[in-house]
Amino acid sequence: MIFKLALRRLALGVITIFVVSVLIFSVTELLPGDVATAILGQGATPEAVAEIHRELDLDHPAYVRYGRWLEGFLKGDFGNSLTTNEPVSVQLVPRLMDTLALAGLAALVAVPLAIALGLLAAIFEDRALDKIISTFSLATISVPEFFMGYLLIIILATNLQLFPSLALVEPGMGIFERVYAMALPALTLTFVVMAHMMRMTRAAVIDVLQRPYIEMARLKGIKPWRIVIQHALPNALGPIVTVVALNLAYLVVGVVVVEVVFVYPGMGQYLVDAVSKRDMPVVQACVLIFALVYVLLNLLADIVGILANPRLRHPR
Amino acid sequence: MRLDRRGFLSSTALVGGAGGLAAGLAPSFLLSDSARAAEPKKGGTLKLGIAGGSSTDSLDPRTLTDSVPTTIVSAITNALVEIDAKGQATPELATSWATADGAKTWVLKLKEGVAFHNGKAFEAEDAVYSINLHRGENTKSPAKSILSGIADIKASGPHELTVTLTEPNADLPYIFSDYHLVIVPKDFTDWAKLIGTGAFKLESFQPGVRASGVRNPDYWKAGRGNVDRFELTVINDGTARLNALISGQIDVMNRIDRKTVQLLQRAPTVAIVRSTSGQHYPFLMLCDRKPFDDNNLRLAVKYGIDRQQMVKTILNGFGTEGNDHPISPANPYYNSELPIRPYDPDKSKYYLKQAGMADFKVTLHTSDAAYAGAPDAAVLYRAQAKKGNVLVDVQRDPADGYWDNIWMKQPFCMSYWMGRPVPDMMFSTAYASDASWNDSYWKRPAFDKMLVEARGITDFDKRKAIYWDLQKMVHEDGGNMIATFADFVDGRGAKVEGFEPHPSYELSNFRIIEKAWLKA
Repeated sequence: MIFKLALRRLALGVITIFVVSVLIFSVTELLPGDVATAILGQGATPEAVAEIHRELDLDHPAYVRYGRWLEGFLKGDFGNSLTTNEPVSVQLVPRLMDTLALAGLAALVAVPLAIALGLLAAIFEDRALDKIISTFSLATISVPEFFMGYLLIIILATNLQLFPSLALVEPGMGIFERVYAMALPALTLTFVVMAHMMRMTRAAVIDVLQRPYIEMARLKGIKPWRIVIQHALPNALGPIVTVVALNLAYLVVGVVVVEVVFVYPGMGQYLVDAVSKRDMPVVQACVLIFALVYVLLNLLADIVGILANPRLRHPR
Repeated sequence: MRLDRRGFLSSTALVGGAGGLAAGLAPSFLLSDSARAAEPKKGGTLKLGIAGGSSTDSLDPRTLTDSVPTTIVSAITNALVEIDAKGQATPELATSWATADGAKTWVLKLKEGVAFHNGKAFEAEDAVYSINLHRGENTKSPAKSILSGIADIKASGPHELTVTLTEPNADLPYIFSDYHLVIVPKDFTDWAKLIGTGAFKLESFQPGVRASGVRNPDYWKAGRGNVDRFELTVINDGTARLNALISGQIDVMNRIDRKTVQLLQRAPTVAIVRSTSGQHYPFLMLCDRKPFDDNNLRLAVKYGIDRQQMVKTILNGFGTEGNDHPISPANPYYNSELPIRPYDPDKSKYYLKQAGMADFKVTLHTSDAAYAGAPDAAVLYRAQAKKGNVLVDVQRDPADGYWDNIWMKQPFCMSYWMGRPVPDMMFSTAYASDASWNDSYWKRPAFDKMLVEARGITDFDKRKAIYWDLQKMVHEDGGNMIATFADFVDGRGAKVEGFEPHPSYELSNFRIIEKAWLKA
């Protein structure tokens, strides 16, 4: 059952990714200017533009170029960057790893923290602790990410000098050194994604806590924390996992601003540069990876949701 | 705020607002120059945080357009000619130059005993190869147009270069100082692993992220190449850059936001380096079409701007007033007897009347692409010009595609130009009738003729007389309203020495890495 569903989702995912690639290609075609004028900027004389067009083989209509790209992609070749003339993967792979490392670190902190706080808030519903947790998490999500980043820099980097304001990671760094360098951007991201997950945990658990069987458990004298952990949480897991998956995806694809503020060499900055230079193969590769992350994480959320729910596990 | 002492002195001297003061300070400025240059200390790691880099950067000198790759290439390589801090051409890989036939054929003697990082000796054929990268039909180099006057360049000896021009040009040495025209070994093409004769050997380069290099122990230039290593990080976000400098993570940064420069007062470990420059921000009026084919309207627009307020508000004081021509007061050829055009709304009204108008409605296109602060300048100008019945409608366009769709297409828009060391390079790039960057479409045969004439004259005073006339022509008739020249504002940590202000470009003409040294 699960395999069948996973396969169906995967097939849908492949179609999604194809549609995304067509969409991205046509949207970038609509943008004013092309790679030649973007590279040359103010220096774009007609001769120089024509020279770059000729060199990069851009004289063909859009659908021909798309067809060529698709052909290469199906053979596992992302193509060469139009601006640096290197294979896209040369820059893409290390940047992807860095982005995944940052997202992973933030997730490692944010997910357990958010779920724990959400459970606490649910147990102490409408009491002081709940109010404090809710107010704090809503406050952090209401502040724009870049502002949160600057705030942390001013307090923790410039004034207290606890952490570096630049997240300079490089190959060959030790794990602790690396985590130390990534502390502030990871913390910023934690604040940004925590509230959503925490609120959903709280709402889902409270919803379950109002069911008759929980009432029954209470009447049997089971301790509140056991009720929550053993009886309520598993039944609330479906919506929580979905929200966690959405936020994990956001950690990978939505970190452009945080990367810029902390000078972190991830995918976000690479994509922004590629769009502004109209570097199509790079844009395509980045966007496809982002789409893939979304598809896979949602697939994972579905599977976990099914595993957690006996009714879905054994359909009639 | 610790204004860099030399920067402060030289800029006040050059502003010339107080002539007596400038004269009084000049000797001490020279003294501090020699005193500071005396004892550079060797050693240490210089960390730079530089704006102007992208993941699409390359170290191919034909692709240099922004600060990060240019700063890196300038640390690895040398050019034939260097511009010194006073704007004069001085020897670099070329030790001397001479012309026997009135600036049409030039012979350059090249330095002997210099080796590339791979051990190969530097010879004339390397220079020929390097310069020719930027010449010919198929090159995409931005330096192509400034080399278009070269008919032939050949090695006339192992260390001698002969350059033949299509027409005389007394400024040829200045052309060879262009930052694109760096020297690499003959037939070199592996740009990702660039080598040169420069003070540093490239160690790593990640486009848009970082670069590092180690000192070339055999560097030939006295007093340069002082630190053991440089580490350059690309930091395009202004706040992040400033924070990194204040918290000591970097030693050198470029482009301090002029709006927040005052905040540096609170940071005693940081100093600013201010360079008076020829960088200017023109409002462009296209002279070949309605409405600005009528010079009365151009003059009405030009009398409608309050230059002092522009410098004060838009540049936060870090600049000087312009006089509607592109030669800055820092340039030796600056026409100092041409009074700066005042803010005079009545004159605007007068010229509108000459054009048969009571008021003049016009749309001004602007964008952050022109320069940071351009939209602010446009809005300020709207308020100023209104008093003279010049009614400006400000249209803000996206930075993306601005040079494609707006610049040289809309009749009234904003732009920027870097200064050039000599008037001829500026005028022939953007003011001659046949220049491809003549971005106001201002075409005057009389101007072209005088420009060519001046190019062939080697006598300074005779040339100066012609350039003074050319400045006057552009001032009175041109399509460029140039209200301000903007200073470069860089920052350095207190232990960084040797960061001298430079009139050409930021970061001491992009050569900060080979110039800087660190105090113990």
